[in-house]
Amino acid sequence: MAPLDEIKIGGLGSSRKRVEDDRFIVGRGNYTDDIKLPGMLHMEILRSPVAHARIKSIDTSKAQAIPGVRLVLTGEMMAQRNLAWMPTLSYDTQAVLATDKVRFQGQEVACVVADDPYIAKDGCEAIVVEYETLPAIVSPVQALAEGAPLIRDDKEGQNDNVIFRWEVGDKERTDRAFASADKVSTLELHYPRSHPSPIECCGSIADYNSATSKLTVYMTTQAPHIIRAAVALVAELPEHMIRIVAPDIGGGFGNKVPVYPGYVASILCSILLGKPVKWIEDKTGNLISTGFARDMYLRSEMALSNAGKILGVRIHADSDHGAFFSDAQPSKFKIGLLHSAFGCYDFPAGHITAQGTYTNKAPGGVAYRCSFRVTEAMFFQERMVQAAAADLGMDQAEFRRKNLVRDDQFPYRTPFGFLLDSGQYEKCLDIGLEAIGYKEFKAQQAEALARGRRLGIGISTMTEPLGAGNSREYDILGIKMFDSAELRVHPTGKAILRTGAKSQGQGHETTWAQIVSHELGIPAADILVEEGDTDTAPFGMGTYASRSTPVAGAAVAMVSRKIRAKARKLAAHLLEVSEEDIEWELGRFYVRGAQDRGVSIQECAMAAYANMPDGMEPGLENNAYYDPPNLTWPFACYIAKVEVDPETGVWDVLKMVAVDDCGVRINPMIVEGQIMGGLTEAYAMSNMQFQTYDADGNCVGANYMDYLLPTSWETPGFELHEVVTPCPHHPIGAKGVGECAAVGGPAAFVNAVMNALEDTGVRNIDMPLLPDRVWEAIKYQRDVSGAPPVRTD
Amino acid sequence: MYPSRFHYEAPRSLDDALDLKAAHGDDAKVLAGGQSLVPLLKLRFASPELLVDINNIPALDYHVVDADGTLRVGALCRHADLERSTLLGKHPTMAAAAPMIADPIVRNRGTLVGSWCHADPQGDWASVMLALGAVLVVDGPGGRRQIPASQVVTGPFQNSLRPDEIAIEARIPGASGTAAGSYLKLERRVGDFATVGVAVAVDSSGGTVSRAGIALTGVGPANIEATAAAQALVGKRLDAGTIEQAAALAAEAAQPKTDHRGSAEYKRHIVHTFVTRGLGGNGAVHAAA
Repeated sequence: MAPLDEIKIGGLGSSRKRVEDDRFIVGRGNYTDDIKLPGMLHMEILRSPVAHARIKSIDTSKAQAIPGVRLVLTGEMMAQRNLAWMPTLSYDTQAVLATDKVRFQGQEVACVVADDPYIAKDGCEAIVVEYETLPAIVSPVQALAEGAPLIRDDKEGQNDNVIFRWEVGDKERTDRAFASADKVSTLELHYPRSHPSPIECCGSIADYNSATSKLTVYMTTQAPHIIRAAVALVAELPEHMIRIVAPDIGGGFGNKVPVYPGYVASILCSILLGKPVKWIEDKTGNLISTGFARDMYLRSEMALSNAGKILGVRIHADSDHGAFFSDAQPSKFKIGLLHSAFGCYDFPAGHITAQGTYTNKAPGGVAYRCSFRVTEAMFFQERMVQAAAADLGMDQAEFRRKNLVRDDQFPYRTPFGFLLDSGQYEKCLDIGLEAIGYKEFKAQQAEALARGRRLGIGISTMTEPLGAGNSREYDILGIKMFDSAELRVHPTGKAILRTGAKSQGQGHETTWAQIVSHELGIPAADILVEEGDTDTAPFGMGTYASRSTPVAGAAVAMVSRKIRAKARKLAAHLLEVSEEDIEWELGRFYVRGAQDRGVSIQECAMAAYANMPDGMEPGLENNAYYDPPNLTWPFACYIAKVEVDPETGVWDVLKMVAVDDCGVRINPMIVEGQIMGGLTEAYAMSNMQFQTYDADGNCVGANYMDYLLPTSWETPGFELHEVVTPCPHHPIGAKGVGECAAVGGPAAFVNAVMNALEDTGVRNIDMPLLPDRVWEAIKYQRDVSGAPPVRTD
Repeated sequence: MYPSRFHYEAPRSLDDALDLKAAHGDDAKVLAGGQSLVPLLKLRFASPELLVDINNIPALDYHVVDADGTLRVGALCRHADLERSTLLGKHPTMAAAAPMIADPIVRNRGTLVGSWCHADPQGDWASVMLALGAVLVVDGPGGRRQIPASQVVTGPFQNSLRPDEIAIEARIPGASGTAAGSYLKLERRVGDFATVGVAVAVDSSGGTVSRAGIALTGVGPANIEATAAAQALVGKRLDAGTIEQAAALAAEAAQPKTDHRGSAEYKRHIVHTFVTRGLGGNGAVHAAA
């Protein structure tokens, strides 16, 4: 009997087409806004037009008089129910609806529930709020200045605008490294504020049934179980009477992890009115009030030897968290995994200090396509490495080669305590250099410069910690960061798989089935994958930080193995031999030494319901909770080649090469899509994208005219290469990949532009590298730092 | 999108549309391509009582070149029609500008006449119309009249139409002699408003410039006609010296402000660069066939 062809059945390594795409392409997806419940009402939020102000009065009488308005909810009404404030995922509090002050432009002030969304919006316009404006703080420097207004005067014992001070590493050892250094290189930069900006904005439909006391919430969440726990805690409802359903999600990128005031308000409105209440955020609401990313000022020193070795690193980070510390991250780490910086380099000592501040800007600080501040870490690392190489007069590629962790050093413990699992860093670098044509480049660059053209190559090499967590170190509000899978094989050998993760476009419905297929030999097409309903899915921590494949994906493999173990007993029964005499090949058990005597996994499934041995529990289903022993450590080398027009500052990407080692690839097509998507976002951040605020705290970036998403017209092409170093501790050898390119990509583009400007002495231009900033750097031969200026007229 | 409440009419003739405008004046807004008006409605920046949708009015979607070389563009001619047109061989500035308008989706729906009347200081067509010396044909109870390009836009989002008038056609004169021209635009991303846009149109005979037009986008409260810069070219040959003179005068005519698209200094510099490039000083010039 010919063995099954794993690729043909859609197993590991098969680029099977995404099963979810059929419904999306024909417009039959089921997003939150597609759901219509009988008697459903519509909620709209009134947001603050100013960044910092005391609320003197709110007059809702005109709004309440509009026909079709059913309820106007204010902070005061929330306060009566002890719901005006809610806890954040980072042990702070956040206003649901403002009571005392508004603390950022766009903050939720009141809600109107009406028969349709037009009336609800009319109602919001009819509310009269009297504000007493206060000075706005829009940067950490202002927040820390003497006499700065106190933003969080609601918090007892909070006498300044500092949220936390945090440090990691070995200060003394680092000091010694610097004392013995031949050279110290320094760099300061700002990673501007950006926004994950999923195309689908946030929204919810709360449906409280007063007859059954059950609350069902359909909502845009990447982590339904965390939301259920949070609702149980905040609203003091019994957890078993809460059902969170995350239907199809139109992109998350970290933006749909937090709990937002709109969700909470819609729930309260539904409870008060006894009717389903739908809230769908508009684009401006999403951009100005929900979880942003980055906004960190970094400065660093690197101790170097003349021979080109990194001896030590010091980093200080000042981070701007907005009005509430509502970062979605493992609770133990105040500034995420910033200490993963320089992880791919072999150096003995490092020390990081960080300080977080409140400002009058939107709260959040989510991991936008990144594993908790890893994007800032890797961007800064690669900018610093390029600067150090330049200071030493060394070639940027050779400097990296000299310092990258070698293949024979794994597992490698970094100075900040992480344990790198595996990798072939130099091989990736070599493939990238070859693909970009690095050898020939120097001559090309010189020749072009002689004709007034500026070419540059930028390299970014990095490993990032993906797959939080392990339960020792990673938790959110005390709940450990494991994940789960539940597999039921039906009598005919078809199956349904549910996990605690939640796809927002990652393609879980496709890839999870491939893992099951790999483990059991059931064709992927025979496996239905379902996620996002807390009444049916096993408890999991959701999808973000590239943790699905490392954690939930591992659980899928493990539950499949449990199913196989039971199927083996069934096979022994069917074949009338002892279990020890049974061998497994993909999709089939057979008798050792008699390969033609066998039964398929499907026959075993039927036997589990129709012909089980005496004493065996019927059925073929199980679950697995997977607590990963470590993070996974994918490696990537991104190299961009650009040309800068010195007259306009416009730069074009001539070529972009990506070499990704994310271990074993479950579905290569989906992996490549993830990498291209990440590189596109990386290009956006380096080239055009930022969210900034004027001196009054007005958000510049409140719509897609001002907050720029690249289109296919300007996005460059990408050339992808792969190296496969299986993860030694993951059941199928996979590592996370969803975020690598967005994390490592920006530095490649920026380094390339800086390389093109190397002869000018310009050391840094802060992102985004808009043409005017590049032109200014060239014209005045000076660094261009900080957020771009904003309109003052 | 949840705009304020409004009434909607879709008349089937221009006369009916004019009747509605006559009855409602400024409270009625004309909807052609809707690519600017609809976002304004969505944001509730505009809350007109009535929308007069002119898309059902027949025979307004034309663009034709008359025997004398005049290009006439009807009120329902889409940007994309001009982008794909085979009639613009002798109108190189038009041919250069059409593919630079907004993004492909907007171009499929938006109209030249609508964009011009919308009078966004960062709108591209108004500069092209200024550079080419076009006129806007409007209709109203007082009959048809022609408004020269220099008088169409009166300020940011303000035009010189009377409340009871509807713009029906843009009329772009043909070249005297050989036409050359370009529209260069610096934008942060396709579909972004121009950081700076420069329209250049030059007619010449025997190598001598007989007519020139230069207009600037995004560097003032309205599109700016760089009259002195254009005049400096007339009667001269295009060479490094005359081009530099025109570029310097155009940069002087600009009134840029520093904002998140760039500093005033930078924008002025880009005007200089684009006039130079547009005139063929350092880059391609789109010469007529």
